[in-house]
Amino acid sequence: MKRIATILTMLFAVAACSAGGSSPAPTAGGSASPGGSASATPSPSPVPGNSTPASIKEKGRLTCGVKFDVVGFGFKNPTNSQIEGFDADICREIAKKIGVEAELIEAVSANRIPFLNERRVDLVISTFTINDDRKKQIDFSRPYYVAGQSILAKISNTAVTKVDDLNGKNVCSAEGSTSEKNVREKAAQAKLVLFKTYTEAGQALSDGRCDAVSTDDVILFGLINAYPDTELKGEPFTTENYGIGMKKDSTELKKLVDDELAAMDADGRFKALWEKNIGKYTKKEPKLPPAS
Amino acid sequence: MNLLPLDENAALFAQGYLTTLQLSIGAIVLSLVLGTIVACLRVWGGAVLEALTRGYVEFFRNTPLLVQLLFLAVLLAPANLNITRDAFVAALIGLSIYTASYVSEAVRSGILSVDLRQMEAARGLGLSQLEAIRFVVLPQAIRTVIPPLGNLSIALVKNTAIASGIAANEMLKAAGVLESRTLQFEWYYLAVLGYWTMTIPLAWLVGRIERRLAYAR
Repeated sequence: MKRIATILTMLFAVAACSAGGSSPAPTAGGSASPGGSASATPSPSPVPGNSTPASIKEKGRLTCGVKFDVVGFGFKNPTNSQIEGFDADICREIAKKIGVEAELIEAVSANRIPFLNERRVDLVISTFTINDDRKKQIDFSRPYYVAGQSILAKISNTAVTKVDDLNGKNVCSAEGSTSEKNVREKAAQAKLVLFKTYTEAGQALSDGRCDAVSTDDVILFGLINAYPDTELKGEPFTTENYGIGMKKDSTELKKLVDDELAAMDADGRFKALWEKNIGKYTKKEPKLPPAS
Repeated sequence: MNLLPLDENAALFAQGYLTTLQLSIGAIVLSLVLGTIVACLRVWGGAVLEALTRGYVEFFRNTPLLVQLLFLAVLLAPANLNITRDAFVAALIGLSIYTASYVSEAVRSGILSVDLRQMEAARGLGLSQLEAIRFVVLPQAIRTVIPPLGNLSIALVKNTAIASGIAANEMLKAAGVLESRTLQFEWYYLAVLGYWTMTIPLAWLVGRIERRLAYAR
């Protein structure tokens, strides 16, 4: 009897801890960002309510969660510690529009939604695919980029040329990503090996633990940079709209972001940032995709 | 929390649970065997083996397990030693080697607690050194160190979670993947319960063995 009471007490203790709402454990990760240093600025505890242009102005800075390890979109330059990329620059433009500083902190795939819900960030601009599951949890801006999931493998690997070939192979991706789900749907027999970051997946591809890495083409371009003995195999097999994530029911903020994206497209800033950051990787037209 | 129908998510979690169980049992057995051998070599192996085993213990005891696993995963990969591409095998080897360094220290302390005259008497009765170790010294030594060995085994079960760092599909990995897929944090509670279903019976078992052997003394 005493033993049962003890176990019950322990259960309650766990429940009480988790009911507190702050969940620092799963937000770890990003350990292998090429910059070498972890994310900046440990943020304060969760804030209730929604971010609005007024609240951001009052705070004095726009906090964006971006990737630190995706070349072209969000990348911490190891030589000068600057955050470079299309996502980072869009954050800076929106901050400029509101009239505040942009603050960029690292968001890995798995912690983006918790970051928004706890208001550690105002926006997530991190190669974030818009999908229905996520739309139930958070709001998205209009799409600003259309990516496609592709397959990266060693040039010497001729056994992989299309998505069907992934069946029975070790396929690396990142946990919590749309890519993982797509592989499960299109190649159900593939053995998924899921890492926290694509840097780790690239290492695993390089040393042969994986036959292929599958995710959005844009992320794969960064891996080709790091591992020149790899190439994209076949055509992209999905269409994925990247959007800017914000906490559910952020109506005011969403309007501001959507309007600013349209304004950037109209006055040429969108095209300029596109060409500066991702022009060398993609042959797509530098244009804002239509709002859905 | 959509648990009752045995859907794809529940199956993934069950698979993770099973992997953790296999990893735990496999590594407990391997580390006990390896650790006991290392302890014997250190006590009776002569100066060279003593130095080698001491080096082994200090090396593996003084670096983080996660770092060892990360190195091991890359080292054993096809592009390097071409031993395995399977994170499970790398994790099993890594956990066993790591835990064995602690086990060897515990067993060694047990061996040192056995009166020297036990060995002398056994040799005097005509047993070879190996026989004396196997049938006289080790049984008494292990009996003394059942509680620390139990502790190490329980710690090992919990350390299997670190194998998620090299993408072994064990329980914590499954919980993390499912949390990302379903956006429900509750999978981690399930993982807590899962670890309890292994560690609590293990603690009970260790207690039982301890009582039984104490009686025999």
